[in-house]
This record gives sequence, structure tokens and C-alpha cells, in this order.
Amino acid sequence: VRRLAPRPGERIDRGSPLTFTFDGEPVQALAGDTIASALLASGRHVLSRSFKYHRPRGELCGCGQCANSLVQIGDRPSVRACATPVQAGMAVEHQNAWPSLERDVLALAGRAGGPFMQVGFYYKTFIRPRRLWPVYERVLRRAAGLGKLPRTQDEREWRTEYRRRHCDVLVIGGGIAGLSAALAAAQRGADVVLADDDVEPGGFALADGGHERARALAERCRAAGVELLTGGSALGYFDGLVPVWQGDTLHQVRARRHVAATGSIEQPLVFPDNDLPGVMLASGARRLAALYALAPGESAVVATVGDAGLEAALALHEAGVRVAAVADLRAGAAERPAAARLAQHGIRLLPETTVVRATGRRGVEGAVLARVGADGVALPGTAEELACDLLAVSGGSVPASSLLLQAGARAAYDAACGRFVPGELPEGVHAAGAVAGCDDAEQAELSGTIAGADAALALGFGEGEGELPEQRARLEAWPASPLATPPAHARDARTHGKAFVDLDEDVTVKDVEQAVEEGYDSIELSKRYTTATMGPSQGRFSQLPAVRVVAAKTGLSLDAVGLTTARPPWSTVPMGALAGRPFEAAKRSAIHDRHRQLGATVKWAGDWRRAYDYGDPTAEALAVQNAAGLIDVSTLGKLIVRGPDAGELLDRLYPNAMSTIAPGRIRYGVLLSDAGRITDDGTVCRLDDESFYVTTTSSGAAAVEQWFSWWLADWDLDARLTDVTQGVAAVNLAGPHAREILARATDLDVSNEAFGYLDAKHAQVAGIDCLLLRIGFVGEVGYEIHCASAHGRALWDALLAAGAELGVRPFGLEPQRVLRLQKQHILVGQDTDSESTPWNAALPWIVKLDKPQQFIGRWALEHLREREPATHLVGFRVPGGQVPTEGAVVLDRPGGRPAGQVTSARRAPKLRESIGMAVVPPALAAEDARITISDAGATFEAVVTTKPFYDPEGLVLRS
Amino acid sequence: MSFLLTCPNCGVREVTDFGFGGEVSKRPTERPASLRELGDHTYFRRNAAGLQREWWVHRSGCRAWFLAERDTRTNDVRWTALPGDAPAAGAGEAVAS
Repeated sequence: VRRLAPRPGERIDRGSPLTFTFDGEPVQALAGDTIASALLASGRHVLSRSFKYHRPRGELCGCGQCANSLVQIGDRPSVRACATPVQAGMAVEHQNAWPSLERDVLALAGRAGGPFMQVGFYYKTFIRPRRLWPVYERVLRRAAGLGKLPRTQDEREWRTEYRRRHCDVLVIGGGIAGLSAALAAAQRGADVVLADDDVEPGGFALADGGHERARALAERCRAAGVELLTGGSALGYFDGLVPVWQGDTLHQVRARRHVAATGSIEQPLVFPDNDLPGVMLASGARRLAALYALAPGESAVVATVGDAGLEAALALHEAGVRVAAVADLRAGAAERPAAARLAQHGIRLLPETTVVRATGRRGVEGAVLARVGADGVALPGTAEELACDLLAVSGGSVPASSLLLQAGARAAYDAACGRFVPGELPEGVHAAGAVAGCDDAEQAELSGTIAGADAALALGFGEGEGELPEQRARLEAWPASPLATPPAHARDARTHGKAFVDLDEDVTVKDVEQAVEEGYDSIELSKRYTTATMGPSQGRFSQLPAVRVVAAKTGLSLDAVGLTTARPPWSTVPMGALAGRPFEAAKRSAIHDRHRQLGATVKWAGDWRRAYDYGDPTAEALAVQNAAGLIDVSTLGKLIVRGPDAGELLDRLYPNAMSTIAPGRIRYGVLLSDAGRITDDGTVCRLDDESFYVTTTSSGAAAVEQWFSWWLADWDLDARLTDVTQGVAAVNLAGPHAREILARATDLDVSNEAFGYLDAKHAQVAGIDCLLLRIGFVGEVGYEIHCASAHGRALWDALLAAGAELGVRPFGLEPQRVLRLQKQHILVGQDTDSESTPWNAALPWIVKLDKPQQFIGRWALEHLREREPATHLVGFRVPGGQVPTEGAVVLDRPGGRPAGQVTSARRAPKLRESIGMAVVPPALAAEDARITISDAGATFEAVVTTKPFYDPEGLVLRS
Repeated sequence: MSFLLTCPNCGVREVTDFGFGGEVSKRPTERPASLRELGDHTYFRRNAAGLQREWWVHRSGCRAWFLAERDTRTNDVRWTALPGDAPAAGAGEAVAS
């Protein structure tokens, strides 16, 4: 491979040389080169080692569709070298070879042959003994991998922006057909997006001399307002949504009509050693010559089944490559128009001939051409070996119809053109260009113009501009270009050499034949067993060859064997590009900075970052009970329900009566599902006749807001809902000195007579407007103080300052959990589950069946009341002092069967005992009943109590 | 699943912006006679293959609940409307089971 003199339409900029490294060695390149073209220009023929046999592999397709050119760039594995523009300083490394690309020790395993590495080898060999699999896996992953993934999350972090784009018409593919379609639709007034995965639109026209026409068309598209997404891979078709991955952006394009102009994929030929570096697709060789001004070889042999190979031979000759011969499998090859041009240039054309073997060790050194029988074996006396360093092959082409198939089109085998073509298209989807069988540039332009006009017309654009009858007639009359069907496995009389069906996965003809022999005789089964078509190129070059081998082996027709489905993504894409950014932001209270400064242990609690403790949960719990404590409870859900029907709404949502709360008073409530199960709990405070302030659990805030607003929408009550969770900060000041501390910070009369248990007051605390709720979740005299978030930190600081000499101490979530457990205050989701109702969760007192409203869950509670619950929620003490794990099993008797489980358990520091809550069968739910707890092998006794462990009469709370 | 929905307040958005509330079903006006009958109402849905009237909430937007009529086979959405503006119950309305 050498660089040619400047060529018209080349993509490289000879005035801008640059340097990058490949495996640490500097490589010279020109701006506009791909990594692969620069490596080839520097004399490197081997780009990678194959997946299984570690065979050297070189350039094949020249357009980023095969796995031969996968390389590692820094942290990014499996980058497509023949489609990725090279940049100065890029550090490129080879993949899947050790110690180096040139000398790969694992290649020996492939050469050894024998029982090694045959199809199903892993399945059959590494299954026993089962326990050794982790060892096998470590070795195998190293031997058969594609690149190295970054080890840590930070290195893997991949930021992709999502963009949603709605348009009238999305054209996928920017060749002549796609550009023509986009232009026709845009000229008629449609909003058009065109996605093309190359660095510039134009498709194969850029390589076959049509670059001026393609670039002019692209210019007209831009002028007509088409949005061109170049370098954008359309990943799949999902109910009309097409994700287009373009660098750091994932465009979610939703169009009303789609035009697939995805082109076709030239197919390789199957013969022994068809993977040697130097065996190239004819179109790949032409791309290298036209776009990167590379002579892909000095001396070439071309093997083809259609006109594409004849054109390629002419193009190579024109680029200065000596073409030794063209083998065309067609009987009528000599009558084709291009044949006459070959003759003019003195290029030898061998009709009814194909390639039956490539020769050479590290690259192509020759090609054996022969006439073959129906079984693909060379006819005696016809074989001729020609020396060459480039073997350009063209095994026909298949439409790149994956997106069409994903959209619902069916592929049928067209015997006339020897390939699978998309049949009837689904509603709203058009096809143009080579994917629709229009290979010629003129023909592609016609079909594109018609498809674009049709798409626009279907949307009401361009009415009266004609239905293009003249163009349709010309397209209809276009002569078909004949193709011969290549044999499933062309070969000469010699038996050595691997003939590859799938280069990505190193699957040979023999592998597929063996799979059929072992009973995997449907294409779906042999695909999974051999992994043919399952590599990075998604079967682009291997599907048809694999189908041919299965058909030849089973004797079925190609149509009967059928195609397998290529699922999205159609192009390889990093997982990170699909994951995008997380939408749920971490939530922090307005006071969060203070917790950090106080040395809090911060943990996740749902979406919230919360202070779990401040270093000593036991001391914090004792401080609340002996002096005072302050906890940030800003995470509570907070709703304002306002309006004439606000009370009615709450009465229908809660099992107890909320409309009877007097203004300035508070009531505890639980929310139920239709099945009577507890879904959330919190307090309801009546602010005035028509206003209620509702708190919910921290984790349930969003669900409760949604639940309330849903019923409000359904019932059409005159009430409004405002979620103030994020806008309001709240702290709970609790403990024997809480009242004194609060008195120092406010002018409000905080005496028990003026501000009793379950009273609510508006007042200024430290000069801040606050709503004060006297409630007692932690069991001591306590004030939940709510204020605007902006003042949260000031409130926190003021209360800590006011209580400093009285021993106030900030406390976190963990001590709060101990304190509430002492009171047997439940945590919804911790002490309750999806079977918990007020009847069995020790809350029967909360249900008011005498109120008139058909509140949610009422019917279920009425029915359930008539039967004994299967379990009850009770408290327990452990005399032995053990603290069981939450979730530990409760046995029905010592040595008996599991009958319940521990929901909460803690060591209570002030009570100096081990306490907990558990769900137990009714027989064990009585005061002083003995239960047996089995926890991680240990078994111990506990004593049931249904009363709070601390202050059972609530005297402290009310004092 | 991927389609567009028109929020009555905010306009056309991707379906991923919304939360699904399930098909509209009539609540019994009287208490069902048995827990089993109540369970049928609570847990069983028609799950129609065809037109269905259903609830949606614009979760990542205005947070309003609204009604939609959708063909469950094609995801073709006939209309969306706030409950007060919805067309009278038609073929798509689920009936009490």
C-alpha cells in the first residue's frame, strides 16, 4: 500500500501532516485520514488479530462495518479504525493479540487444529467440573476478548446529551438516494432530518467518481433547510423513534415518515484462506483509492459475481494498480458493457470463473482461479494460480435492510437478483436507493426523489406538484443488472486452509456444517451454536454466506432457511451513550452544609442525602432523652391542601376523620390502598377552615402527591394541592429541655397549657416565620418547626445556639430510629409490608368506620375485620440482651417452624435493654407471650409486649 | 414502547415524560358483597386489545392527571383531555367487572 498522486475528490489534506501513535510507535498521517488509512499508508497491513484463532486481519470493507479494524483508543475499546478520523497525538493500540500484533502466541492454538477450538468447544470442554468455571472464565476472557474496558467507574464515565427532535421526515442514509429524498421532501416544505454515519454525506458516490454530484446535492439539501446529522449512526427503529448516535449526543429522532436509504452491503466470497490480509471487498479497495489516495496493492486479482467487480477493476487500473485478471462467475460476463472497457485497457476477463483459494502466509501472495461445479469444487484442469498482493472480491450485495425489518418489513429471497430484499413496507416507511434494489447512481437519485416526494405528499406537503409519473416510469423500466449466485464454499482439490463464513467470530464453513450435523439445522439454532452473525458487524458480511452453507448442507432452498433478525443496535455503540445522564438529582436539605460541618455520616435515604449520625448515635439518643436534640426533618413530604372541599378530600383518603380537626390541631394518619393496605403515614394539621398542612414519609412524598392529585382529578372536588416539600425546611427539637430552648428563641407562649400536645402554631422563631407542630415521634416533648428553606440554616443555627448551655445536640437518623422504636411508632415499609392493614399493624384505633365517607380501603377493612389476621405486629424485649438482625425469623415454638419475622430491633441505651418489633401469629401476639427468634444460627427467647417500651401512657409526651 | 402523548396543559411530549395510571374502570358504588368480589375490582383489569380509556399523569411536567383514549395494539392515541373535558364514555370505557 502506498500513497498515490493527488486524486480528485480525495478526503485527505496533504498540507496538514500529523502524527499519532500505534502501540507506542509514531505514525505519520494526513488530516482527513482514518486510523486505518494512515496505518495502511505507513506500511502496516495487519490491523487486528481475529477473535478466536488470533489470525492476522487487514482492511476489508473500508467503511467501518467489519470487525477487522477494531482498535483501542485510550479507554475506549473496539473503535472502528476504518471509519474514525485520525487526530494528532491519538494513542491507538491493537486489540486481542499478545504479546504483539505481529507475534501472537495464541495464533498457535488456531494453527494446531485437531480438537481445539471446534464449534461448541467451550460448551463441551469447560462445563466440568462446574466449580472451576471462574478459573476457566478468567483465562478465556483474556484469550477471546475485544479490547479492554476501563476498570473504575470514573474512567468509564461517559457523558451523553439526549436531544429529542421531532420532524416530518427522517431520511436514514446520506448517499445519492438519501440526499435526493431529503431534498425532494424539503423542497415541498417538510421539516427534514438526514442521518448519515460517514464524516460527510455522499455514500458510495464519494468513492465511485460521483463525489461532485454528491457534494452538490448535499449543498442543495443544506440550502433547502435539511438538518444533516453527519457522523450520526441510526441505531434502530423503535415504534417510529430512531436514536441517532452522533459523538456526545444521542438524538432521539421521531419523524412522521421515514425514508430508509441505507444502501447495500457488498458481500465477501467464501474460499480457503479468504481472511488473509490483502483480501478486500472490491468496494473497500475503491474507497481506499478514491478517498485516501492509497494504492491498495501493486498487483490485483478481482473476483466477482456482478458488474461491481468489473467497475472496481477499472477503478483500480485507473489508480495505477496492475490488474492481473478479473474472474467473473457469470456466463455472460463478456457481454457486459464494462467488459469492453476492460478489454480496451488490456485487462484479462475470465468468465464463469471464481476464486477457489488465496495463497500466502502473512498476506495475500496469490489467488487460485478456477471454474467450479455446483458444489463449489474446482473442475479438474481449470485451476490457475496468479501472483497478486490484492485480492478484491465482490460476492454481490445485500440490502442494508435492518432498520426496515425492525420497522416491520419482511425480507423475501429474490431468486432473480440472488439476494434477500425487503418486501412490502410498513405504513409510513419508504425505501430508496440500493436498499430498494436501485444500485446505479441515476436510478438511486430517481428512487430517492420519488420516495421523498411521496413522504412529503403523505403529510400534505407539495400537493399539486405532480406525482412524478415520468420519473416513476423511468425507474420501472430500469434494466436489472445480472448477478451470479456464488457457491456456498468455493475450493480447490486441496483440503487445508480455513474458509470463513464469519470473520468477526471466526466461524468457518466447517463449523456451520458441523452444527447442522449435530442437529442445529435451523438457521436460528446454528446461529446461536456457532455465533455466526453475532459479532460486532451484526451479520453484515456473514448472514448470507451462513444461510448458503446451511441451505447447501440441508438441501433446503435459501428462502426456506430464511434470515435471522438483526436486532438493534445496528451499529456498535458504547453502553454509556445509551445510558445518558441520570434524570433524578440527589436531594439535599437546605441545612445539609451544617451536617457536613458537624461531621455527620451522610448516607442515601431514597433520593435524599441524610445525616445518619454525627459520630455517636448512642450519645445522641441519650442526649434527646436527658437534655435535648435537634434533627433535620426537611425530607418529610409536605403538602398544602386548600379549598372548600379540602376536608372532604382528606376524609375520603384517610381512614380517620380529618374534617373534624379543629384549626390549630394535628392528627396522625395512615394512607391505605383499595385493598386496605398501609401505603404511607404522616400528620395532618388544620391551619384554618379551608387549609390543611399534610406531611408524608420522606420516601413516599412523590407517590402521595401523585395519589392525592389523582383522586382530586377523578372526584372533581373543589380543592387544590400544593407540594411544598422542596420549599420548606423542617427541624424537630425534642427532649426535656426542648420547651426551654424554644422559649429562648421565640416570644410565643410555649407553656404546656398554651401550646399542648398536637397543637399547631404560627410564630416567629429567631425572627423567622415558622409553623410549629407539637408532635412526638421520638417520644419526648417535641416541636417540629417548619420554615421557608432559605431560612433553614439560620433556624438550625439559632436553635443550637439557644440550647447550647442546656446540652442540645444534633442527632441523626439512626438515633431517631432507636427513639421511635421505644415508642413502637412504626416506620412504613420497615415494620409494614404489602400485607399490613391497620387491623394487623397495631393501628385499629385509627379506623373510623362510623364516618360517612367511603374512604379508600374502607370496604376491604370492613371485610377484613370479620376474620382473624394471619399475623400481628407486636413489640418484644430480649431478656438475654441479643439484638436480632432485622428480618430474623420468629419460630412458632422453640425448635419449631418459621411463623413470623423481626421488622426492627435496636439496643435502647436509656432503657438498657434490647427491644424490637416483629410480626407474629395471633397465638403469640398476647402481652408477655414468649417467642423464639432464630437469627443466623443463634436461637433466643423474647417477650412480647403490645405497649410502648418507653412512657407507655404518653405522660412524658403530654407534659 | 415509544410514542407521543399530548398533555392537555403542556402539549406534545414523549411518553417517557408521563406516568401510566392504568385503564379507567368504574368504581362500585356499593360495597362488593365479598372480599373476592372486591379483589376482582381491585386487582383485575380488562386489558383490552384495542381502544381503551386510561389515566396518565404528566410526571416530568405539570404533574396533572388526564384521560386518554389509546389503541393498545398500535399505541395510536385518539385524544387526551382533562377529566372535565373528556368526551362521554364510549367504546373504550372499561366497565365494572
